[in-house]
Amino acid sequence: MMGWNRNQMAERIAKEIQNGFAVNLGIGMPTLVSNYIPEDKQIMLQSENGLLGMGAFPAEKDMDADLINAGKQTVTAVAGSSFFSSAESFAMIRGQHVDLTVLGAMEIAQNGDIANWMIPGKMVKGMGGAMDLVASAKRVIVMMGHTSKSGSSKLLKKCSLPLTGVNCVNQVITNLAYLDVTPQGFKVLELAPEVSFEDVQKHTEADVYQ
Amino acid sequence: MSINKVYSDPAKALEGVKDGMTLMLGGFGLCGIPEVAISVLKDMGVKELTCISNNAGVDDFGLGLLLQTHQIKKMMSSYVGENKTFEKQFLEGSLEVDLIPQGTLAERIRAGGAGIPGFYTATGVGTQIAEGKDTKIFEGRTYLLETALKADFSFVKAWKADPYGNLIFKKTAANFNPMMAKAGKITVAEVEEIVELGELDPDQVHVPGIYVQRLFKGQFEKRIEQKTFQEKNS
Repeated sequence: MMGWNRNQMAERIAKEIQNGFAVNLGIGMPTLVSNYIPEDKQIMLQSENGLLGMGAFPAEKDMDADLINAGKQTVTAVAGSSFFSSAESFAMIRGQHVDLTVLGAMEIAQNGDIANWMIPGKMVKGMGGAMDLVASAKRVIVMMGHTSKSGSSKLLKKCSLPLTGVNCVNQVITNLAYLDVTPQGFKVLELAPEVSFEDVQKHTEADVYQ
Repeated sequence: MSINKVYSDPAKALEGVKDGMTLMLGGFGLCGIPEVAISVLKDMGVKELTCISNNAGVDDFGLGLLLQTHQIKKMMSSYVGENKTFEKQFLEGSLEVDLIPQGTLAERIRAGGAGIPGFYTATGVGTQIAEGKDTKIFEGRTYLLETALKADFSFVKAWKADPYGNLIFKKTAANFNPMMAKAGKITVAEVEEIVELGELDPDQVHVPGIYVQRLFKGQFEKRIEQKTFQEKNS
């Protein structure tokens, strides 16, 4: 069983992005998606700290303390970008003007619930913008490992961790497969190379079908 | 007679801040934070503060400086990582924390400044955040009632101002500053440059001066939290 690595997962998600989309990529693994956006598509990356039209990282000499992304990294702004307040930024998000949100998760339930902000007993750092992003997004794709470090399924019938949002995830991409959230459970849309449906089934606690 | 809200001494601009007050402090991470006000608050030694700020700074910069001196009783934030002092005080129980989703925090502040006592949002429905909150169904969907936030003092950082207090922000250093400027009983703006009345293009003003009571020109370190760059030709 080979599966996708994180770059291949990012490349697969990038195929879902259409010309003209505004996309919010979560901190961490989802930012890799920006490396795979085809040249023939013009999109605007939204960063919830107040930037629509995020560009690549700057050259060292061009780093600007006043221009960062939601991960607090120095970035650049593309031609056609705009800056705005946090209230404006979340109006954009809540008002469903952002076409696609990609973020990581610790657990996903087959009804589309997501848990990605706290583990009871561990220091809680906060949800940042995650709850707003999932609650009102037009479309949410979760990008995560299929199983936890200990090997247990992260695709569950019901989340065990405190929720970030309910009924909000549309698709999930893992190292094993690209799956759709449906009323019958997770539907396999695409299998990673050399991964069988049985492999996916074996590593999934939730209902899964193809 | 001209209106002049400009203070030459930042310490004078913060007169009236007392123990136990609720303060708003702009910024996202270390970007666009009121560096000077934080340092004056430290010198003043005011305690038992409730600070509404998206983040809590890092150990030795931003609000981390006021955590080190135990001046903060309670933080209302969306994300408080990257700060060991914070973690220690929180685990010891000496620091209260109210974690608020970032968009809800922004809108509660906006509502506070706009005279709207509350609003409904889908954010947090079905999560811990919803506990104890009123809900209402609109068009078949459940929303939470969230209430407005106001502050005794708001401390904001802007790029340019004129003596009336009209403010212009720079790039992503606006973040929470524009809403906080409107939600403070007294709003103190610290800026990089104060220009003459009439020099700011009225079409380009981000926050009209009516919201700003005091302002001063500051010196800023503008520390970068995550220096990220690409090597040439990579």
